[in-house]
Amino acid sequence: MVSPLFPLSVENASVTRRGKRLLGPVNLTLPADGFTVVIGPNGAGKTTLLKVLHGIERLSEGSVSWSIATKEARNKQAYVFQRPIMLRRSVQDNLIYPLTLAGLSRRAALIQADDWAHRIGLGDAMDRPAPQLSGGEQQKLALARALIQSPDVLFLDEPCANLDGPATRDIETLLRNAHAAGTRIIMTTHSIGQVRRLASDVIFLHQGQVHEHGLRAAVLDTPQTSELAAFLIGDII
Amino acid sequence: MTEIWDGLRAAFWLIAHLDANLVEITLRSLYVSLMALAIACAIALPLGAALAVQRFKYRRAVIATLNAFMGLPPVVVGLIVYLLLSRSGPFGVLGLLFTPTAMIIAQVIIITPLIASITHQAIRELWAEYHDLLISLNTSKGQRIMTLIWDGRRALLTAALAGFGRGIGEVGAIIIVGGNIDHVTRVLTTAIALETSKGDFALALGLGFVLIALSLLVNYATHALSSTERSGRW
Repeated sequence: MVSPLFPLSVENASVTRRGKRLLGPVNLTLPADGFTVVIGPNGAGKTTLLKVLHGIERLSEGSVSWSIATKEARNKQAYVFQRPIMLRRSVQDNLIYPLTLAGLSRRAALIQADDWAHRIGLGDAMDRPAPQLSGGEQQKLALARALIQSPDVLFLDEPCANLDGPATRDIETLLRNAHAAGTRIIMTTHSIGQVRRLASDVIFLHQGQVHEHGLRAAVLDTPQTSELAAFLIGDII
Repeated sequence: MTEIWDGLRAAFWLIAHLDANLVEITLRSLYVSLMALAIACAIALPLGAALAVQRFKYRRAVIATLNAFMGLPPVVVGLIVYLLLSRSGPFGVLGLLFTPTAMIIAQVIIITPLIASITHQAIRELWAEYHDLLISLNTSKGQRIMTLIWDGRRALLTAALAGFGRGIGEVGAIIIVGGNIDHVTRVLTTAIALETSKGDFALALGLGFVLIALSLLVNYATHALSSTERSGRW
């Protein structure tokens, strides 16, 4: 399934807040297929770039253009935050929330919620308050709440930060399945291992600018900039 | 000290015998305060939530004014409502002065800023927590406000109960606009004021203890709800 949203074009996009440039100027074109991973040191602008693409961060200059109207494009996207935001409701009510917002009946939404709760291993915790789940469970729930909307594009901001091995594996499995089902994924991470396991193409951001963008093997194995080479071997840049 | 014991005895006697006058006054107190609470909540909850979510030019000034109005002197409110509803006032034609409706209007004016201000505080914190998610989900302003009110309902219930507590204990405004007319506008607080002025301290204290019991019930309800939230049950 090829999403009608792509290609996504970013032209001279920059974000400046209180006189400080957080991002840009960035020029990018992302095709309909792929699993894009954004890497870079802290403060490189990864989260800002993701929020700009999703449309929840205002651009100071430049543009982000989808192949369809921006408002329509927003309805086909979902976003998973680094620190999962749990509604003060049960697991079940967190899952059905985006569906009922979209106008689905509660009964129909509950069927989907039940299915997703079992997929993420929370089938027996439907009535538990979501804020009381563990970090890993909350992140899985946040991911399920995003995927239940069947988005064409899924943005994830370091979804496995602070998670242990098994929780990371569960999240990665969900992401692989979503990607295989046709969801275009754009995520940030600090884990080069995760880049090797998941990415089809990699964007390296440094000081708010795209230093490199290409296929995973090319970017990881033959870095073109000294900053990326240093970053890949774990140097502080 | 004798008056207090006499008051306790009078309260016990009035409650034990379900004194018709006491029941009538108590029910009228509840009616006026609950009606005022319902109307105030209908205004204050969306208003407080909207002030937390919406950005507009004079937002800070509106919030500051709202906070200042929490301390509105009830006697002044009563006087203004009296002037508005009196025969020569702009709403005199409605004939509402010295009716329970006039008392409800006065109480609404007194408790709405209190409920709206507490609502604004509670919703502001929740909005900070939910902001990115609700923006990401492309929610409309109405959907955001409804979500915040629903998820913050425990805190908002506390706000409502605080408003109820202020309303049911209020005397200055409702004695002016209600007139403390027997079987028409007499409520617990105005009855206490009347009995005190007559020198019947035992009955005044008896009515006072009934009022305190109602306030305690409200506070117990608040406590029970807070405990529910702490234990994480939804």
